[in-house]
Amino acid sequence: MRIVHTKKIENCVYRLARKAGTALTPACRAAMQSAAARESSPACKFALDTLLDNARLAAEEELPVCQDTGMACVLIRLGQQVALTGALLSDAVDSGVRRAYADGYFRKSICDPLTRVNTGDNTPAALHVEIVAGDKIEITFLPKGFGSENMSRLYMLTPAKGTEGVIDCIVQTVKEAGSRPCPPVCVGVGLGGNFDGCAFLAKKALTREIGTHHPRADVRAIEEEALRRINDLGIGCQGFGGDTTALGVACEIAPTHIAGLPVAVNVQCHCVRCEKEVL
Amino acid sequence: MKHLQLPLSKEDIKRLHAGDAVMLSGTIYTARDCAHKRLFSLLDAGMPLPFELKGAIIYYAGPCPAKPGRASGSCGPTTSARMDSFAPRLFDLGLGAAVGKGEMCEEVRQALQRNAACYFAAVGGAGAVYGNAIKKSECVAFEDLLSEAVYRLEVENFPAVVAMDCYGESVYQK
Repeated sequence: MRIVHTKKIENCVYRLARKAGTALTPACRAAMQSAAARESSPACKFALDTLLDNARLAAEEELPVCQDTGMACVLIRLGQQVALTGALLSDAVDSGVRRAYADGYFRKSICDPLTRVNTGDNTPAALHVEIVAGDKIEITFLPKGFGSENMSRLYMLTPAKGTEGVIDCIVQTVKEAGSRPCPPVCVGVGLGGNFDGCAFLAKKALTREIGTHHPRADVRAIEEEALRRINDLGIGCQGFGGDTTALGVACEIAPTHIAGLPVAVNVQCHCVRCEKEVL
Repeated sequence: MKHLQLPLSKEDIKRLHAGDAVMLSGTIYTARDCAHKRLFSLLDAGMPLPFELKGAIIYYAGPCPAKPGRASGSCGPTTSARMDSFAPRLFDLGLGAAVGKGEMCEEVRQALQRNAACYFAAVGGAGAVYGNAIKKSECVAFEDLLSEAVYRLEVENFPAVVAMDCYGESVYQK
């Protein structure tokens, strides 16, 4: 048994949040650079170049890349051989978020859904904990903006719809979102599970590095075909029209019920900020 | 690239066409979801608005807090479509232009034509670039809304694209 104080987790969440808010992932920057290099539409290229300048400026001056520093999505894979001491795990995570958003001069964007009163410190985080084998703690921090989150969809398809139905859902979601989620988007897709599990698979897919593919050949084929069809839509960066509508599509899959084929499509703007650390 | 000094006259607006790249300099006001609801409550109650609407430019945005020594934190545009239900009435009352990101609805397109107004798209996600273009920021209303309050911003060389012009043309595909 390995004993870990939750202060260690709080400090890790703090570090990850500070870094994530001010930096695109290297894979995201690389994908934007290569998209800008081959873009044929001048307006789309202008927007991509502005975004690359923005990413450089944000990293140099430690400024938030985007003012929507997001809802703090925290995914923890907790080894079963770890015993936690100290605060309640969710309190420790929220403390890390609270300190990071204050010290980083990040926007506090969390409010009551009905009264719209802001919680003032960007808590609570959206925390997911998975118990896994071993004695390590893997923490992933994904600040998720809502311009793109709002465009996400969950479909409960019939099994008869099959692979084609899945691809149609992904493409249709991006098409309907149009210019609103700040394209070029990254698309996280959940396949299978149940209503809530499917949505979580889609969120997890967004934590995968852009450009990586699922090890299963049939899932990879869905990722590639959906990406091709999305870029054929011609929406372009910011909806100005162009070749670059999505930077990547990532699918995660899990067994589902014999009666169903759930598909969750979690839309992420071009501003992919995701940091990970193993304690 | 056209450099535009704000506020814009009707003649200025009539010279703008969808797709034109522009640099804006002058005064703009932030307002997003909650602030629009409050502005509408004031209008419905026949009360004055916290700023002169005639000829004004509203920026759909909610900034990050400013770091010490800076006028503003990161401050890129938010999704304009969420203000679709508010914008036509404000244009009819004299709003000169709006700035945000993404397409706006048919009613907005008609309101822009009816009032010789226009809608600019800023580059969504370029928060640091826009924060740097802000030289002065002052909260003028609804301070309790934090980032959603109304801020008067003095901007210099704020990059944008004419997304919908006063002739009913749009940069977004149908």
